Amino acid sequence: MKRVEDFIVINHKWLNYSSFIIELEAPNPLPIIQPGNFAEIEISNSPKVFLRRPFSIYDVNPASNTLSFFVKVIGEGTRLLGETRKGDKLSVIYPLGNSFSKPVSGRVLSVAGGSGIAPFILYGKELQNNRTEITFLFGARSADEIVLTDQFKTLGNVLIITEDGSLGEKGLVTQHSLFSNKKLPFDLIVTCGPEPMMKAIGKIATERNIPCEASLENTMACGFGACLCCIVPTINGNKCVCTEGPVFNIKDLKW
Amino acid sequence: MVNLKVKIHKLELKNPVTTASGTYGYGEEYIDFMDVNRLAAIFVKGITLENREGNPYPRMAETASGMLNSVGLQNKGVDYFIDTIYPRIRNFDTHIIPNVNGSTIEDYVTVASKLNGLKGIKAIELNISCPNVKAGGMAFGINPKSAKEATRAVRDVFNGTLIVKLSPNVTDIAEMARIVEDAGADSVSLVNTFLGMAINAETRRPILGTITGGLSGPAIKPIALRMVWDVYRAVKVPVIGMGGIMNAMDAIEFILAGSSAIQVGTANYIDPAVSIKILDGIENYMTRHGVKSVTELIGAMKI
Repeated sequence: MKRVEDFIVINHKWLNYSSFIIELEAPNPLPIIQPGNFAEIEISNSPKVFLRRPFSIYDVNPASNTLSFFVKVIGEGTRLLGETRKGDKLSVIYPLGNSFSKPVSGRVLSVAGGSGIAPFILYGKELQNNRTEITFLFGARSADEIVLTDQFKTLGNVLIITEDGSLGEKGLVTQHSLFSNKKLPFDLIVTCGPEPMMKAIGKIATERNIPCEASLENTMACGFGACLCCIVPTINGNKCVCTEGPVFNIKDLKW
Repeated sequence: MVNLKVKIHKLELKNPVTTASGTYGYGEEYIDFMDVNRLAAIFVKGITLENREGNPYPRMAETASGMLNSVGLQNKGVDYFIDTIYPRIRNFDTHIIPNVNGSTIEDYVTVASKLNGLKGIKAIELNISCPNVKAGGMAFGINPKSAKEATRAVRDVFNGTLIVKLSPNVTDIAEMARIVEDAGADSVSLVNTFLGMAINAETRRPILGTITGGLSGPAIKPIALRMVWDVYRAVKVPVIGMGGIMNAMDAIEFILAGSSAIQVGTANYIDPAVSIKILDGIENYMTRHGVKSVTELIGAMKI
């Protein structure tokens, strides 16, 4: 069941010049949160930021009853969220959206670009519980944009590629040497990040005959299926990313 | 105990708070957040004769204190509404008011005829003001002749309360209100969204897929309020006011300007339980001001 509740900021940590982790304490015991779920956070005190902002739920800590969000500053809303302090109150609508498939065996490749890493800590934890092996492939422009890898390393193998070669291999994620393997040893590919990257990964997955799921990000007014603004064209017509996604099997998308 | 009951022609509302078409889905989207049964009515998502996929993405642009949308009446058509959606929502203890759309007068008439006599449907809202469709919609509502024809044609086939939703994109909204009143409307609702646009200066491209779209939210409230006041003085039928209502005091302003009932729209996106807070706030205001019946407040701005 979806809720709207006032959370308290209990932790706020900058990871580099543009990204931070914000940890929010819930007023009531948290419901079950699935990997891929997102939340709509209200950012007040600016006429420019009229609507809530959707963020993937990065981590859940049942012991402290908190949710964490990985946020990259890209506009006024995320900038203001970056200025919140411990003790501030934030209204949150959650949990929203669907989840990735959670295989109970086999091997999964998770490909993320930029802030696309956000849904994959929860996903990695889930697969670890399922004893399913996960490999993370993260791409960024340069080393300073690669963050939080220590946490991901506790869940699976982490591969890095940067456009300037300052960390890991050099190039775009799709150029990683992993893909030079004729037979990719994965049963499922999940991806989140810039759309061109997800489309390129989807193309590789289709060529290699591996199921692929992508977590999409569209501009939303509500986040719970009322406004019909965040649609994506699918083989079954326009679907709301907020309620029928954000995770889609790429074979349903008109990519 | 204050009396919150109002009447829109023959339609009895238990209070003046309703939700605006296109912002509240079919009510089901909100049941996790609030008790939808406390609303007087739900104006459900715009209905057309056939299935419509709506406009291409992007359909939304946030603006200062508001937003533009260009959804374009995405819905599965009137038959799907009657057969599949309505049976799921008809037991809500609130009026379900379909918002009727068309590309031609025949479309409007066919949709309204199909809804006429549907058990539990006591009113429809004739939408001659949608700015986001190529054919029909606002084109009917900004032309006195076609507004009159559409209203009269639907009046002939619909026996319940006929509410006509007016476009603010006209020179004289009071004149349009008089025209649809003369053509048989039992009530007018206003305002629909203002036609607007947004450009990304960096990419030099429009933000909306359709270039222009409808502006809503508190950015339009003062204009909407003035229009309600203009229309209230021009017609005898009850007025349903909307346009940027975010809280109970905004709602009270619309009632004082002449609204018998109000619609909460864009605010639902920011706080999905806001309509209940508005209802509670109206009651609180009435208690504070010693107002026994909300009808005492309709058009009661002191001048």
